[in-house]
Amino acid sequence: MYEFLKNLDRRWIFLMMLLAVAIPILLELKFPEKPTGLAQAVFDEIDKLPEGAPVLLAFDFDPASEGELGPMATAFTFHCATKKLKMYYMTLWPVGPRMIEDCIAKVIKPDFPDMKYGEDWVNLGYKSGYEGVIKVIVTDLKQLYTTDHFGAAIDSIPMMQNIQSVQDFDLVINCSAGYAGTKEWVQYASTPFPEQIRIVAGCTGVQSPLLYPYIPNQLPGLLGAIKGAAEYEKLVMDKYVRAFDREPDPKYLEGIRRMGPQLVAHLLMIFFIIVGNWVYFTGKKREAQS
Amino acid sequence: MKRTVPLIITALGGFVLIVAYFLPSTLTWGENAAVWFDVLAAIAFILGGGNLLKIHLKKTSDKVSGWGYSVIVLVAFIVTLTAGLLKIGVNPNEQFPNYPFSGVYDQVGSVFWWCYEYGFKPLTASMFAMLAFYVASAAFRAFRAKNFEAMLLLGTAFIILLGRTFTGVLMTDFIPDDSFFAGLKFENLTVYIMQVFNTAGNRAIMIGIALGVASTSLKVLLGVDRSYLGSGED
Repeated sequence: MYEFLKNLDRRWIFLMMLLAVAIPILLELKFPEKPTGLAQAVFDEIDKLPEGAPVLLAFDFDPASEGELGPMATAFTFHCATKKLKMYYMTLWPVGPRMIEDCIAKVIKPDFPDMKYGEDWVNLGYKSGYEGVIKVIVTDLKQLYTTDHFGAAIDSIPMMQNIQSVQDFDLVINCSAGYAGTKEWVQYASTPFPEQIRIVAGCTGVQSPLLYPYIPNQLPGLLGAIKGAAEYEKLVMDKYVRAFDREPDPKYLEGIRRMGPQLVAHLLMIFFIIVGNWVYFTGKKREAQS
Repeated sequence: MKRTVPLIITALGGFVLIVAYFLPSTLTWGENAAVWFDVLAAIAFILGGGNLLKIHLKKTSDKVSGWGYSVIVLVAFIVTLTAGLLKIGVNPNEQFPNYPFSGVYDQVGSVFWWCYEYGFKPLTASMFAMLAFYVASAAFRAFRAKNFEAMLLLGTAFIILLGRTFTGVLMTDFIPDDSFFAGLKFENLTVYIMQVFNTAGNRAIMIGIALGVASTSLKVLLGVDRSYLGSGED
């Protein structure tokens, strides 16, 4: 056994990981979620807003991180639309506009057909400049955003009439996959204007440890990776769908569905670490004996 | 002159931003400097595109090792750029039906959208997904409890890996939520590690980095560090 494991071809490891991810997906394995305090904080920040409150949804991610951030972007949009908040979408990532449009096509257009573009939601699109964009729009949004994503003049959009800067939004919701993302929003928006700008965020797993230092003053709530998305989905669906004895559409349970493969993959990783260490220490022992 | 003008622009831009942060009356100066930055960032895309063309055309013409990949990069770049700039397959905006260029470049069904939906999206998602396989291989071959520090790291990894899934909840479900030992439940241990140990370590690193950034920035603004200007040989 030792010799077999010591010389194990890594393609066997790849195959096991493939099965660990594929089988739960095919069997649609789902597990219950228990929301943590941070997911609850994100939910509460959005849930306490009154109807018609303006919220900025900054989707700073791309297809590479859609697996982690897509479900939370969907849940954020559903939550805001259900509460009839005014949704302003923007992105600091070049591929971000497609992420926004995908989310709108998935949530608002089929499930909230009464909502109107320009009155209930607007897509401001992408602007280059990373944190440079944030630095400008925190004091003067219209200096950079003269049109929306589709080229319509910003002043011709009804819901833009009362918006001069990011300080006019009741909440900033950021989905972040890296630079520029939550860290820059915290540093250049909520830190200089702590009274006027509040931010909650959802981020990738590798980013979340770097954002914990900003909790809770600069960042009241944070959803970490697909686990955070699943917890938030549960909170939103419990209050706005299951409470009315309805079952949520599967597209609103993507986070919970994706936790299935994650659970098995995590267990496999632990198994690999234990077996790898057994091989290492057995080898050392044999070397010492010989 | 070639180095003096950029030095002056850098120093001016930097000091304007610093002053604007501390003096509310100069806030508009900072806004203007930030807008210049955003304009430059947009122009950088053109420079980046030009540079990409130059490097890969040279690789292709020299037929260096792996030049085939450069051809793929060039074709993908030119096709996507042309499809986006010329708005190929884009229908006019409903509000302006007489203006063929009024539609948005990434409209569903356009050539650019096809490039994105069936090229860029699956490729980037696949690249990211492959990490799982490499991490699994690394876990088997490299994650060794060789010393005390490595053992601490392994222990933390186990708690986080279990605590971030329902397995952790199940394993310590026998501990009542309101008991004295509730903190030992895997999901609570995970939160504790992230909020205490991780936050403390990260804050220390961040403060160190911030001090380093401040001193480096001052050196750049005062012209002491000129490495960002390049060697000036070309």
